[in-house]
Amino acid sequence: MSTAVRMVNITKTFSGLTANDKINFEVKKGEVHGLLGENGAGKTVLMKILYGMHRPDQGQIFVDSQEVRIENSAKAISFGIGMVHQHFMLVPSLTVAENVVLGLEPTKYAYLLNIDKTLKDIKSLSDRYRLLVNPKAVVSTIPVGEQQRVEILKALYRRAEILILDEPTSILTPQEVESLFEAIRALKQQGKSVIFITHKLKEVCAICDRITVLKKGKVVGTVEKTQTNSDELAEMMVGHEVLYTFEREHTTPGKIILQIENLNAFNDRKLPALKNVNLGIHEFEILGLAGIEGNGQTELAEVLTGLREPKSGKISFLDETITKISTHERMERGFANVPEDRQKTGLVLDFSVLENLILGRQDKPPFATKWLTLDFPNATRFAEQSIKEYSINTPSDHTLARYLSGGTQQRVVIAREFSRRPKFIVASQPTRGLDIGATEYVHRKLVEMRDQGCAILLITADLDEMLALSDRIAVIYEGRIVAVRERSKANELELGLLMTGGKCE
Amino acid sequence: MVGIIDIINVGLFAAALRMATPLVYASLGGVFSERAGIVNVGLEGMMLMGAFSGVLTSFYTGNAWLGVVSAIFTGGLFGLLHGVLTVKFAGNQIVSGTGINLFALGFTAYMSQTIWGSRGASASVPGIPIISLQFLKDSVPVVGDAFNTLFSQSPLVYIMFVVVVISYIVLFKTPLGLRIRAVGEHPAAADTAGVNVHRTKYMCLIASGMLAGLGGVFLSLGTLSIFVLGMTGGRGFIALAAMILGRWKPFGALAASFMFGILYALQIGLQSTGWLPPQIIQATPYILTVVVLAGFVRKAKAPSDYKPYEKD
Amino acid sequence: MGKARGNLRALLHAIGSKLPRSVTQQLEGVWSRLRPFVNSFFDRLFRSSVNFARGIVPSTLAIIIALLVGAIVLWATGHSPIDAYSSLFSGAFGDSYGIGQTLAQATPIIFTSLAFLFAFKCGLFNIGAEGQFLIGGFAAALVGISFTGLPFYVHLPLALLAGAAGGAFWGFIPAVLKAKLDAHEVITTLMLSYVALWVISYMVNYPFKAPGMVAQTPFIAPAAELPRILPPTQLSGSIIVALIMVGIAAFVLQRTTLGYEVRAIGLNATAARSGGINVKRGMILALVISGTLAGLGGAGEILGVERRYIDFFSPGYGWDGLAVALIGGLNPFGVVLASILVGALRSGGMVMNRVTGVPLDVIYLIQSLVVLFAAAPQLMKYLSKKGVATSRTAGLVLTRFQSALKNIKHRLKRT
Repeated sequence: MSTAVRMVNITKTFSGLTANDKINFEVKKGEVHGLLGENGAGKTVLMKILYGMHRPDQGQIFVDSQEVRIENSAKAISFGIGMVHQHFMLVPSLTVAENVVLGLEPTKYAYLLNIDKTLKDIKSLSDRYRLLVNPKAVVSTIPVGEQQRVEILKALYRRAEILILDEPTSILTPQEVESLFEAIRALKQQGKSVIFITHKLKEVCAICDRITVLKKGKVVGTVEKTQTNSDELAEMMVGHEVLYTFEREHTTPGKIILQIENLNAFNDRKLPALKNVNLGIHEFEILGLAGIEGNGQTELAEVLTGLREPKSGKISFLDETITKISTHERMERGFANVPEDRQKTGLVLDFSVLENLILGRQDKPPFATKWLTLDFPNATRFAEQSIKEYSINTPSDHTLARYLSGGTQQRVVIAREFSRRPKFIVASQPTRGLDIGATEYVHRKLVEMRDQGCAILLITADLDEMLALSDRIAVIYEGRIVAVRERSKANELELGLLMTGGKCE
Repeated sequence: MVGIIDIINVGLFAAALRMATPLVYASLGGVFSERAGIVNVGLEGMMLMGAFSGVLTSFYTGNAWLGVVSAIFTGGLFGLLHGVLTVKFAGNQIVSGTGINLFALGFTAYMSQTIWGSRGASASVPGIPIISLQFLKDSVPVVGDAFNTLFSQSPLVYIMFVVVVISYIVLFKTPLGLRIRAVGEHPAAADTAGVNVHRTKYMCLIASGMLAGLGGVFLSLGTLSIFVLGMTGGRGFIALAAMILGRWKPFGALAASFMFGILYALQIGLQSTGWLPPQIIQATPYILTVVVLAGFVRKAKAPSDYKPYEKD
Repeated sequence: MGKARGNLRALLHAIGSKLPRSVTQQLEGVWSRLRPFVNSFFDRLFRSSVNFARGIVPSTLAIIIALLVGAIVLWATGHSPIDAYSSLFSGAFGDSYGIGQTLAQATPIIFTSLAFLFAFKCGLFNIGAEGQFLIGGFAAALVGISFTGLPFYVHLPLALLAGAAGGAFWGFIPAVLKAKLDAHEVITTLMLSYVALWVISYMVNYPFKAPGMVAQTPFIAPAAELPRILPPTQLSGSIIVALIMVGIAAFVLQRTTLGYEVRAIGLNATAARSGGINVKRGMILALVISGTLAGLGGAGEILGVERRYIDFFSPGYGWDGLAVALIGGLNPFGVVLASILVGALRSGGMVMNRVTGVPLDVIYLIQSLVVLFAAAPQLMKYLSKKGVATSRTAGLVLTRFQSALKNIKHRLKRT
């Protein structure tokens, strides 16, 4: 097989951090090549370089044995390289068809959009590669799986010969993953090459012909799928034998602290996001909420923390109705929130570590005096304590949060929330974007809080994390709670099925 | 005693059309700018520079149409400036726009003083002649006279309608318009689809400035034939309100601007009746703009993401 | 330096050995309790000076470039930039009259730029400071003319209060519109400025008009006047009010709960909301406080300078507020410096106009150029990369300064 694309000696640094270190990477025509590595290993950066979104500091790229310079995505597309990103690059208010042809629109009378031709072209591609879409639908209204198909069609419409898929399964159910694999096999049959970025060993072994493992910006090795196994790959990825299994003691849940009854709520697009949700969370318990992103978890977290007003229903906390109470008031009563986007919602990046640590408590003792001035001595003491207790890696307490690493930022959020000695915690995607060490830390802390009597609602898209930490698991699908299982009685396949609406009797 | 009928007549609508025209141009400018994701509060300054450069050119060349051309050019120049500051240097859009406004005020006053010796007004210059559709008066029986009054307008008014239609077609029926909307709403998506985000923004801002310049020159050459200090009088901002009211669409902006045009025309009519003191009448367009923004613009969803687009 | 410290310590030891144990113990006790405060004081002083210095560099660069461009414009239109600028600066700072006038011109600008700054810290653009300024001035004038026979310690504060309330009210309207209806405050505050201008104009031409040809109110009672500090200049007690407000604004922003919440909302409203901060209330308060500051400025001008409300008395102090806030690096103390600069431009500009005939508007031109440059900090970075020598020297000076202060800090810690 001849080479489709070759990257030689690629190096890329971002303000001191070397994301790619003299990487050599080669993809043959018609193969599915897995790019494996942990979060932060440099896989996405490497592919973004290939797709023209970053320019390498050093190195060369060869497409079809010809050296090329890829200054931007348009150039990459002209060389037959297409990319399906982890976070979709679709314009929400435009239709599927408009999104697919954006940048390469067919015209009539030289200047007007040729809608008919657009629809025809999309249909033929859609049929050939078995990617079902509704071309006239507005992108913001279609489900995530279909959006991904639109993304793939976009690349194919531009005559991509090499397709880069960046963590494509992170938002799919096990069943949807299978259909994706079928589409990939169809692509391979048609002679296309696929680069499959992932950190999931199972998938890489299932679909890829060859696998390149990256660790901390360097290539660890490239192996044939048939000549390796998942243990060996894991070792290459992480450097020690097995990722880690999380040990925790089993505790007995106490009484119900938080009760949600018949909760209904709308999302930002005025569509129902939560439908008659009933849920109870006990003290000494971690309740995991499983579900594909976009099925109401975000809205549930927002309603619970007071950031979204429900249409109807009741929330009681410690036997008191709190449905209409403000966020501030809830926090006073013992709520804590670890939001899913720490940079957007969790921290004020241009505030110092100290200022971030007192966020939410800046209007009461001990951090405020009775004349509503800030009590800096107390705040400083608290900051120093927290920095020590939570091992926050920062030069000082007045460093701006912006300059901290992702893991450190998350520690600040956790320090702030957990040191309040809350009785109820909502933790949304608490380990997203964190490396193994930080993830381990967050997990440990969550269990610690649970052991001290906290009720924790854990919302995560990471099924492994869910299974490792939860005492009970609830599955949410299209705004409804479709099942609640004890951890001991839950298994991945059944959960996957429930997450797509299938029932299990 | 002046009665209602003396105010509300065809003359009012004719005046309203005249008053609305600069607003339409400017709000179209706002539409293009915001659809591409840049807030343009500098419309006021761009209009003023257009008004001034038109008069200046007409003063030195004796040709009003050359003045119009220079106004378009000047407006486009400042649109580009706004673009460079906000796109290339990722500057704050409001500050940049306000800077342009302040610059226009200072510059035009200074140059006015230097050239004509008075910071208030310039000398009178050749203006743009009015075109009446005479044949309407003769051909259509009863209302022909009314039509004649209504349609005795500067050519820039007629051009305005054409520009609105062209804007609509460009934005919603051409690939360019699709790209503009994509760039404004989700620049990353447009970028990865191969659209040149920065260039699209620049183009839209230049267009925005050109349109604002046209609106401004209509104020100076198209109606008064002189330049007066600060003659835009906040119209650049009222145009923004019209843009919001019109939901960032060309025809919407046209309708909203026309509504404001009626307000302005009424203002003139009211002055002659003496019902209200002149200062209060002067204040009415501004009061009404606030009311409009407060009352009728409930949570209007802007089409764009206004953050500067930076890629590595 | 080290020798001096050593001698000082030896001296202290010597004295200490002569004193009874109990006294030295007490002294040590006092010192150990004072030490954290002294340390934190020097720490803060050090940090804020460095931040301040760092903030000033781009502004200074912007001003220099603006002055250069202004010089080019002057030269291109047949004026001599050297004559113009020299009469400008000598007019502004040359003698005590000049300095007094400069400070007098700076005073209302301090108020309006503080107003803009406070709203900006909350992420809001209060472009309508001019309107709030006028309303505050008019309210103060009303109180000034409506009462007679009140003693000054009642009348003056009352008038000032009225000015503050007027400005607060005029800031409250767009605040509520923004909070409840999400109406863009740039447009609403600006429109309200025009409304204020015309409505007050009406008031001053009809109901509250003083007899005579001029559109103005009667003069305020002497008891309501702010005294002139440096006659015959127009410098009045208003500047003292201004400086007090600067201190209060700085304190509120950095050291109070309200200031914290305002800044949090301005930097990241989503995170602020998540943390339980009432964003709408914060925005309303920020705009109202902003309006209050501008209103006080208007009151100060009326009570200290004009002594009655005369139509169109303001040459646009409100609009200067934006430029000055930006030049001042968006912090309260920089704002004072920048206000003095712009005040100098105004008062010096008038002299320049009289002496050389250069139109005053070149001042506004220069100011607007500074705003344009301030709009794009990256531009400054880009330009300063071109002027490597200047920034390198500035940097060297800064680092020396930094390490010197650090030294002092360390030594203090060791005692």
